[in-house]
Amino acid sequence: MATFKLDITREHCPMTFVKTKIQLSKLNAGDVLEVLLTEGEPLENVPKSSREQGFNVLEISHVEGVVHKVLIQK
Amino acid sequence: MEVPELTPENQAKAQKKLSLICFSGDFDKLVATFTLATGAAAVGYEVNIFFTFWGLDAIKKKQGRAFVGKGFLGKLFGFFMGGLRSAPVSRLNFLGLSPKIFRYLMRKKNVATLEELVEAAKALEINLYACEMAMHILGLEKSDFIHEIKGVLGVATFLEISEGGRTIFI
Repeated sequence: MATFKLDITREHCPMTFVKTKIQLSKLNAGDVLEVLLTEGEPLENVPKSSREQGFNVLEISHVEGVVHKVLIQK
Repeated sequence: MEVPELTPENQAKAQKKLSLICFSGDFDKLVATFTLATGAAAVGYEVNIFFTFWGLDAIKKKQGRAFVGKGFLGKLFGFFMGGLRSAPVSRLNFLGLSPKIFRYLMRKKNVATLEELVEAAKALEINLYACEMAMHILGLEKSDFIHEIKGVLGVATFLEISEGGRTIFI
């Protein structure tokens, strides 16, 4: 099991979701993806759509300002 | 054949399908097509794009102006229609200056460019289809398109593929 990092704080729709999905597809089962994202649509929908696609959202935490961290396990 | 039970979960799953008819070869409308397609695929939708008429420009192997197609008129049209890199914007094109300005602005503002969206569509394994009838008129063959094209279809097959989901014409 490995942990990978992805920063989508500078990305806009649809690349926030697209980059998360593409990165998750490259991982092995059990691997964790640490996603840095901003408030608003990315924070509301990246964890939600990940759950809907059968991934396990382990943690959502505030980093600083508008930046949050989401841990997604494949 | 076993028919799945129509539970709310099954129904929601069946509806998570988006089929886009990409008729326009305009830069801005292609951006709309590929933004919707990649966004939907990334949140778990099955996505199909059916390219017809001017939309076929987006999936040509040769992305600039080239004499692609069969016959004199086909080649001439092929040249003027161009490919992804020569797509005009639908309004205020200013002889092809506007798409260059848009590309510059998109890069500067860190928004995915049209080319990046197309690459993302390939990476997300979106189903790309070409219209058989439009290809016939323009003298285009499957080999004139990028290899990610899954098939060449007519209306009947497209309806079959898109059944049970949402369809949008752009």
